[in-house]
Amino acid sequence: MMNKRMNKPILDVSGLTMNFGGIRALDHLDFEVQAKEIVALIGPNGAGKTTLFNCLTGIYQPSSGEIHLACPQSGKQTRLNDLKPNKITEKGMARTFQNIRLFSQMTVLENVMIGRHCRTHSLILGAIFRDRKTREEEQETVNKSCEILEKVGLSGQVNELAGNLSYGAQRRLEIARALATEPFLLLLDEPAAGMNPQETADLVALIRQIRDEGHAILLIEHDMKLVMTLSDRIVVMDYGKKIAQGTPAEIRINREVIKAYLGEDGG
Amino acid sequence: MITVKELTPINGISAFRRLFSCKKNKKIICKALKRSLLVSLWFVFLTFPIMVIKVNPIERTVSWRWGNIFYVAIGSFVISLLAKAWLVRKERSAARQASCSVRASIIQDLLNRPGCRYPLVVLLLGVALLFPHIFSTYQANIMTTALMYIVLGLGLNLVVGVAGLLDLGYVAFYAIGAYSYALLNLHFHLGFWVALPIGGLLAALFGVLLGFPVLRLRGDYLAIVTLGFGEILRLILENWNAFSRGPSGISNIPRPGFFGLEMSLDHAMIYMYYLMIGLVLLTIFMVNRLQDSRLGRAWLALREDEIACQAMGIDKTRIKLIAFSLGAFWAGLIGVVFAAKTTFVNPASFTFLESAIILAIVVLGGMGSIVGVICGALILILLPEYLRALSEYRMLAFGAILVAMMIFKPEGLIAGVRRTYCFQGRKNAAALQDDE
Repeated sequence: MMNKRMNKPILDVSGLTMNFGGIRALDHLDFEVQAKEIVALIGPNGAGKTTLFNCLTGIYQPSSGEIHLACPQSGKQTRLNDLKPNKITEKGMARTFQNIRLFSQMTVLENVMIGRHCRTHSLILGAIFRDRKTREEEQETVNKSCEILEKVGLSGQVNELAGNLSYGAQRRLEIARALATEPFLLLLDEPAAGMNPQETADLVALIRQIRDEGHAILLIEHDMKLVMTLSDRIVVMDYGKKIAQGTPAEIRINREVIKAYLGEDGG
Repeated sequence: MITVKELTPINGISAFRRLFSCKKNKKIICKALKRSLLVSLWFVFLTFPIMVIKVNPIERTVSWRWGNIFYVAIGSFVISLLAKAWLVRKERSAARQASCSVRASIIQDLLNRPGCRYPLVVLLLGVALLFPHIFSTYQANIMTTALMYIVLGLGLNLVVGVAGLLDLGYVAFYAIGAYSYALLNLHFHLGFWVALPIGGLLAALFGVLLGFPVLRLRGDYLAIVTLGFGEILRLILENWNAFSRGPSGISNIPRPGFFGLEMSLDHAMIYMYYLMIGLVLLTIFMVNRLQDSRLGRAWLALREDEIACQAMGIDKTRIKLIAFSLGAFWAGLIGVVFAAKTTFVNPASFTFLESAIILAIVVLGGMGSIVGVICGALILILLPEYLRALSEYRMLAFGAILVAMMIFKPEGLIAGVRRTYCFQGRKNAAALQDDE
């Protein structure tokens, strides 16, 4: 763990604050994510976890603070504040949504192909004339999308409408769609919500596999068993503030965390 | 017991009878009967002043036409029952088909069967090509109008049907095309073939100009702003006399030339018809390819979920502008054709009703479906022409058809399934190749 800290973090958040009118949803938040690391973000409901995700991905503009993303390969650092969501995705950070936001009237394959959008280039003329470059690009999109679907175990339902999938499959499709954008950092917002134990176990294996392929993962999750088994590091939030961070073993015995979850007279 | 599957005949009455013969459905039937009874009573009450009481102001008498009550009651009762039966049947078939991913109607099935597809297309093309020789020039003229609306519908379909941006000011781009030909011809004596691309591109440019301020808007708000845009443009054309000659319009616009050949009126009309056939084919080809491309997918995603679409790396601004400008491009092209066909333009041709008709073509035909839009255009433009006798009720029928469509078949005559289905085949093949 120590020598990981030595590296430059791929995501560096410092002093991040988000105000909605008079409500401070995020309060001077600092944390970072290293390459190929699984970081879990936990905290009671309303702690500001999803708000943090929305700030990171450009859906909200943070009131103050800095977000920097550094590509692990090139080491190039970019400031993410004021960038549009699509630009941020292009930089290499993709997300899933807590309330599933699939394109339900499109097929499973098409959903993943949408993820390839920011890595492909053909536009009007390419679409109309369908030149060789466009055709190759299209074929590559299909091939890569199929590959990803195979990885998440949806290759049998390629032509199904996304809206007709089971809940667990929809969650996995969201991950597949995010993976198609070729991110080095994947943000998962409650990926195991509403899954049965078997599906959760499959998901844990999938997330591990994704990590082993070189992606870093930042995930929000309420399933403590999943969080404790999966994550390298945990960041705990309450009322928009970071109240603790450390390894699962450290968090398990942290007084602040127990207090936040169970109330004042825990001990 | 009668299974739901057997309830497929289109006839509502027979479906209803079958429903009735099933014990399980008794409850639903009773409820439907009660409801229909209430509906008919309500209608009797509503129409009482107009249908029953008749005041004769000259003779100062009031006549009571009690008989009409029964017609109204029976009529509304039957219609309400039929509607209910249809809805029940639809719900069941929807429940049945929820499991299978892609549904294809008979027409789509026919179109997608390789053995049927080409003969069908060849047959249609043959009929289309021989049409002016089989029927009169007058018929060909009407058909030309319908073809124009097909292209307009396909253009708007890109904006409304595929990208999901409700545009109520589409006619503005049509007007821009028409006026650009009229004015360019008036001032610079440009011919039709030069004006055609200019009109299209000018409309596309205006599409981008309209697109910028409305980028943040969606749904109702977008509809209102685009509606306003259409009206503003029409009012400018109506009032800026120095520029557009106001309500009196611009006349003596030349018809399209054919290598400087002199043509009689009849021949010019037939020439126009073939020109439109060519334009329709070109549009179908282009729209089809656009829909089935990276761009088309991005539009569909935009229609489904704007936030997810952005989070997946799609530049929302750019693809919205492209959708607006491409849609406008076809409107501009057809505008030029319109000016050349009628040889006269004035602002009265570009009212909101025109936008509404084009939108109705898209909605009625089926959003995002090319075949659907073509059918929609043919029905909405040709029917009023051939039902001239009923012209007084045209708008009434128009409204009634749209309301009925929204209730019974909100996805349109031929739903956008074809698109998915078409993708399917190709993708299946691609996926299979990948597996091998």
